Amino acid sequence: MKQKNACVSIQNVSKSFGTHSVLRDIHLDIYEGEIFGLLGPSGAGKTTLVKELAGLDTPTEGTNFLFGQKMPNLSLIERIGYMAQSDALYTELSAKENLRFFSELYGLKGKKQAERMEEVAKVVQLSNHLAKVVSNYSGGMKRRLSLAIALLHEPELLILDEPTVGIDPVLRKNIWHAFQELKEQGKTLIVTTHVMDEADKCDRLGLLRDGKLIAVGTPDELKKQTGTKTIEEAFLYFGGER
Amino acid sequence: MMRVTAMVKRILKQLIRDKRTIGLLIFAPILVLTMLYFVFTGDDYIPRIGLVDAPEPFVEQMDDSKAAITIFKEEGEAEEKVAAQELDAYIAFVDNQPELVLEGSDPTVTGATMEWVQEAFQPGQQENMPQLKVETVFGSDDMGQFDYFGPVLLGFFVFFFVFLIAGVSFLRERTTGTLERLLATPLRKWEIVVGYVIGFGIFTMIQSTIIASYAVYVLGMVMEGAFFHVLLVILLLSFTALSLGILLSTFAHNELQMMQFIPIIVVPQIFFSGLFNLETVAEWLSWISYITPLYYAADALRDIMVRGYGFAEIYMNLIILLGFTLFFIMMNILVLRKFRTM
Repeated sequence: MKQKNACVSIQNVSKSFGTHSVLRDIHLDIYEGEIFGLLGPSGAGKTTLVKELAGLDTPTEGTNFLFGQKMPNLSLIERIGYMAQSDALYTELSAKENLRFFSELYGLKGKKQAERMEEVAKVVQLSNHLAKVVSNYSGGMKRRLSLAIALLHEPELLILDEPTVGIDPVLRKNIWHAFQELKEQGKTLIVTTHVMDEADKCDRLGLLRDGKLIAVGTPDELKKQTGTKTIEEAFLYFGGER
Repeated sequence: MMRVTAMVKRILKQLIRDKRTIGLLIFAPILVLTMLYFVFTGDDYIPRIGLVDAPEPFVEQMDDSKAAITIFKEEGEAEEKVAAQELDAYIAFVDNQPELVLEGSDPTVTGATMEWVQEAFQPGQQENMPQLKVETVFGSDDMGQFDYFGPVLLGFFVFFFVFLIAGVSFLRERTTGTLERLLATPLRKWEIVVGYVIGFGIFTMIQSTIIASYAVYVLGMVMEGAFFHVLLVILLLSFTALSLGILLSTFAHNELQMMQFIPIIVVPQIFFSGLFNLETVAEWLSWISYITPLYYAADALRDIMVRGYGFAEIYMNLIILLGFTLFFIMMNILVLRKFRTM
């Protein structure tokens, strides 16, 4: 295996809202060029963790480092592509107008802008629906448009919060194929999911439960360690519910 | 700069798509101004007055073109008519001594009646009295209520609608998650606020040009000063409304809660903006007018439209409006730190 450089380093991170603690003392390194899956039931703290990495939240304790620099940091934001759990789109505007708006925020213009818009639309297979107003989009189409927006500025690190919710299996397969391609281009991807079959497609997994990182490893390692056949069983094992 | 431009373009595009809101912003003020015009510039009220036992000379010399006169023989008859509200007042002459009995429940009617009565009893004999010549420093002696209220109302409409629309837009940006999405881009917090100010500023310019032109050129609202100055005041007022609307939207969880700011923030401004004479307001309350942006805008608008003043007289008000805006913008940027600390 090639030399591993930590792209993201989460050190001693805890987060609490009042007395309710959401993240408990998390240590985690995510390496350059891998697809890292954050797996856990809803309410486990996945979204809080990725929001902190995207610079939208700060830990109560501990520090997050991205590309060796402390987050939050405005200069790092341009290197991150973020896709939120809820589709943050302007529904009065067409898909194309949404793409154009966000690409302008990243300073894309002219020929480069048109090229990127075309490329990302192709990745999520929305090329034929760009003129449509987003309010007429289905849930899955909105999800794909959000993903396209996250890809616009060719970020080195992609933070995707449940990117495939509401997307049918065929398209989901295509999207995972696109993730693999991005990885081959040297990008790092952090994907949260609670769909176990997606977990198998990640290079490494972090299992999150009640704000605690209960296990980290490749899908095979996790299965081997627990002597189970599926990630789901492994998850239950680590969760102490054998 | 490119990011601000992108924000402005997007906001304008969203506004243009929302035909109904545009209709509200432009036609609602036009409709209300038109109604006010008819309410304030309607004909004078003609009082209905009864006379009981009126002496011949009085009946002959009184002006019956401004009142509907009915002659009664019995006082009781006239009294009944007044009680039935078919008559506003009657004058009974007891031993040639006139006595006025008023219905008295509507101040406007009472006022009009009193005016007529006083005129009728004025000693018209003193013809050698010099005729009083009337001149006004500003406006004219036939300037109506509409002309005096007009500038204030113009300012109020701009303030009210911009406050509401901008506040709701920003609220939606927050509740739909797009605000958070924006903060995950390199967009700076001040660029978001400035983008809003410019985007809505452009729209307000168009809106208020239409409304002010309508008020002045169609309804004939008095306009002594420069139209350009009016637009300048309105632009600065809209900036204040906008930045305040955005700021307060942060404290609302939904559109209904945004509406709840109307009776607290918007309506009191009408009372303290000069629609009513501020000198009669209780002293312990009068300080409120100095913290209401609409007061400064209305004052400047009245200076321009009624008194024909120019830039030299209104610049102080403009600076204060600008000060309000800057203050609200700073608060906005502070509040946005809740979402992203950098």
